[in-house]
Parts: sequence; C-alpha cells; structure tokens
Amino acid sequence: MRYLAQRLAWAAVILLGTTAITFAILFVVPGDPARVVAGPRADAATLATIRHELGLDRSLPVQYGQYLWRLSHGDLGRSYATRQPVATTLVRRLPATAALASAGLAIAVLIGLVGALVTAPLAGTWLDRAILVASLALLSAPVFWLGMMGLYWIGFRWRLVPLGGAGSLRHLILPALVLGLGTGVYYARLLHTNLQEVLALDYIRAARARGVAPLRLVGVHALRNAGLPLLTVIGLDFASLMNGVVLTETVFHWPGLGRLAFDAVLALDVPMIMGTVLLSAGLVVVTNLAVDVLYRLVDPRIRLE
Amino acid sequence: MRSGLLRAGVVMGFFLVVLAIVGPTLAPFDPTAPVSPHLAEPTSPGAPFYLGTDDLGRDVLSRLLYGARISLLVGLVAMVVTMAIGTTIGLAAGYFGGVVDTVLMRFTDVMLAFPGLLLAVALVAVMRPSVWTIFIVIGLVSWTGVARVVRSEALSLRERDFVIAARAMGATHGRIVFRHILPNVVPTLIVIAALSTSGTILLDAGLSFLGIGVPPPTPTWGRMIQEASTYYRVAPWLMAFPGLAVLYAVLAFNLIAYGLTGEGRGVR
Repeated sequence: MRYLAQRLAWAAVILLGTTAITFAILFVVPGDPARVVAGPRADAATLATIRHELGLDRSLPVQYGQYLWRLSHGDLGRSYATRQPVATTLVRRLPATAALASAGLAIAVLIGLVGALVTAPLAGTWLDRAILVASLALLSAPVFWLGMMGLYWIGFRWRLVPLGGAGSLRHLILPALVLGLGTGVYYARLLHTNLQEVLALDYIRAARARGVAPLRLVGVHALRNAGLPLLTVIGLDFASLMNGVVLTETVFHWPGLGRLAFDAVLALDVPMIMGTVLLSAGLVVVTNLAVDVLYRLVDPRIRLE
Repeated sequence: MRSGLLRAGVVMGFFLVVLAIVGPTLAPFDPTAPVSPHLAEPTSPGAPFYLGTDDLGRDVLSRLLYGARISLLVGLVAMVVTMAIGTTIGLAAGYFGGVVDTVLMRFTDVMLAFPGLLLAVALVAVMRPSVWTIFIVIGLVSWTGVARVVRSEALSLRERDFVIAARAMGATHGRIVFRHILPNVVPTLIVIAALSTSGTILLDAGLSFLGIGVPPPTPTWGRMIQEASTYYRVAPWLMAFPGLAVLYAVLAFNLIAYGLTGEGRGVR
C-alpha cells in the first residue's frame, strides 16, 4: 500500500513536470495565439482584448499558476480554436484512440505469443534465421509507410477494408494491424530469445522427464517465466506506441487524440496542447504503474518495496 | 549467425554511405526540376525515368539518390546529438550518484512520459524550420534511453577497484570520468549508436511525413512518402520506393546492432 502511494505521488510529480515543460516550450513559440484566435485581419484593439481575455497579457509564472489552479479544480480550459472546453473534446476523442491503441497492443501481444511459440522449436535452423531477418526488416519499416502500403493493397486493390475513417470493426482492423505489427514482431523475437534461455533450465528438463507434453511444456511451463520481461517492455513501449498512434491516425484519418494533438500544436492551441500532452503522459504513467504492480503480482519473488 | 548479420549490416551501411556521397553525381536528372513531359500527373516507371516521376514531373530515382545524402546525414548527426546528451546525463547521474542522480533520473522519467513525436512537433514549431533544427530536436527527444543505459554502466563502474584506486591517488572527477569510466562505456556506446541511428532515421522520416521535417525543396525520403500519399491509388510506386529506401537504411543499422548484441530496434 505504501509502495502504491509513493508511486502515485511520483506519477503526479511526473505529470506536473510535463505540464511545466510544455508550458515553457509554448512560451518561446514565436507565434501569437491571440493572432491565431482573432484571424489575420484583426486590428490591434481586438488583439489586445483577446489577449486579455485569454490571460496572455500576464507574466508566464502567473499564467502557469492560473493554469495549475484551474487544473486542480478539474478545469482544462477552452480551446483557442473552437472555444469548446478541452475536457469535452478529449472525452469525445478518447474512445477512438483507446480502441486503436488497445487493439494494436492486443495484436502485438498476439503476434508476439504465437510467433514465439511457433519459432521456438525452429531455433538454430535456417528457417529461424530467415524469420529473424524478415522480422528485423519489418521492424525497420516506417509505420506510416506500412499503413499506406496496407491501404493500397488490402484496402484499394483487394477491397477488404475501407480506405480510412472510423466507425466499425472493419475500419479498425487495418490501422490496428499496422500499429501492432512491428511491435508484435519485436515481442516475438524477445520472447523467442527468452524461451531459449528458459528451456535450458533444470525445471524444464525435470518437467520433460515427467512426460509433460511439448506444447504444454513450452506454452505453460516455459512461457510463464519467459513472458515476465515482456511485461516490462510493454510498459516501456507504451510511449512509443503513442508515437505510432499519431502517425497511424494521420494515415487512416482516424478521429483520435493523436491527430487532435498534432493539429493543436500546428494551430498553437495552447490549452488543447496542454490537455492532450497531459492525457497521453497520464496514459503512459498509468500503464507503467499497472505493469509494475502486475509484475509484482505475477512474480511473487519481487516484493512491493 | 550473429556475425553474419553484423557483416550484412556493415556491408549495407557501407553501401548506403557510398551512395550518399556519390549519389548526386549518379542521379540522371535534377531532383527539384520538372523533367517529365507529363507535368500534371505521375508517370509509371520506365526509361528514362526508371522509378517513374511524381505529380510535379520530377524524377523519383534522382530524388531518392539526393535524398540518401540528407536522410543519412540527419540520421547520423541526430544520433551524435542524442548520444552526446544521453551520455553526458547518464555519466553525471551514474558517477556522482546521490542528489545529482535523483534529479537527473527524475527529469529523464518526465521526458520518457512525453509522447516523443508530439514533443518534436512542438519543438520544431518553436525553432525555425531547418536541417539544424531537425538535428537538435531529434536529439532532444531521443536521449532518454541512452542516458538510462549509460547511467547503469557508470553506476557499476564507479565501484570498481581501478576507479577507487584512481580516486585514492587524488585524481579529479573530470579525470576519473573521462580517463577511467568513459573508455569502459565505449563498447556499449557503439551498440547504442547503431540502435539510435535506426531510431533517428525513422523519427526523421516520421517528422517529414507529418510535413514538419527538413523543409523543401530538399528531397527527403519521408517527405517523398508524404507527397506521394495523395496519389497512392494511382501511383503506388511513388511511395513504395522511398519507403523501401528508409527500410533499407534502418535495417542496415538494426542488423549491426543485432549482430553485436542480439537486440534490434531503438533504445528506450
């Protein structure tokens, strides 16, 4: 319990840090948010009014303090561009990204497990080597390029899935596959290597001597130990998964947070940028925390300290 | 088997460097000039445009060859920036320990929680768009993994006898770090360098794809994919070739890293 409290406190500090850094970066942006709101033809008086309304005429520490004060009351402010509350927009966009990210992660884990189990008996053969090189090649492909190629072949030529947009499971398949493919191949490789190490251990030989079936031996006895490090990697990976989300959402016109955040940065929509950064950093922090706790639950050898 | 992969990676990387150096002299056309008779539409591969032309009538092969130089340059220089920041922070945290370590590693944790791509986009918006901006921005968002690895190495090295002996003889911190610790981290640094180069090339391509990479008219592979994405149904070759080029370059560095350690894919 004490461990959890410490971790939660630390998570809050990290989130505070991300808001401070984002604020600092946005302050040195050469553009003027008031100009963005007012449009290119606004006169000086209008600009000054808007600047005052948005609180842009105060000093940076005051602005940051005000932001934190409102944040502590659960108020993320209003978008400069749409005048809508940031929180409402985030809530509206979150489901699409959550669906994409979790489907992508599920596909990655599935590819990882199946890939590792299938390649486990092949270790040392030429086929294993060929699969290794193919996986490395897949890992080396830019995710947005895989997306475009998938759109061309699977969507346009074979007409199996829609050409972008969201709304149904068929819309989700290709983006999730593109997002999860590289990560999944990486997991498979990692798990494959771990399995080889674990399979050489005494308890596996003992189990084999007891007559445990090969599939059960690898899939249950060995996997339980070999899979543990993967859990950590999934946690660490989550931030880079979010990078993939931005690119995948762009390719597939997926109406999620990644695209929202990107457009907000381009439009200098400060409250929206802060909101999206805070939310995605929050997701990363929560995932890491969950992985940490899960890790300790799965492996009783690690104490919660 | 690993040494075979390492050799393949080194050969591929060498070929890439040669291509980046002599590429522009091999290019059959001016990469930024409309050379095709069909200006308004992309034309499919065929002599004299072996990889076709894009929607502005520019030769894809020539653009690819010119792009090799800038894409590799961005990847390598950004890698050096990444390594410099990460090694400095990692060495300081690991060697000095205590408060320095806590502060630096907490800062690293905060940076790790950031969505790197968005941070890069925001930083590019802050700075003037140029090649130099891209070098620095990629370095600023990718150093965290390097810092963590270097820190853990430095942490164990500083307890070793030769370091303790050097300290007992009155060596300064600077001397211990640069003469005793750093040389022992170099083997690790070589592996991280290969890994982070594949990461920086991919990140650069991603930024270009989002339209905020190295500004035009410089042809970069990422931008070529982005420009081609509008025409992907009628002219799929426009995006296929630059994508394969990125894949080739990243694969070269991933093979080197895998050959050295058994691990491919960027540092985290």
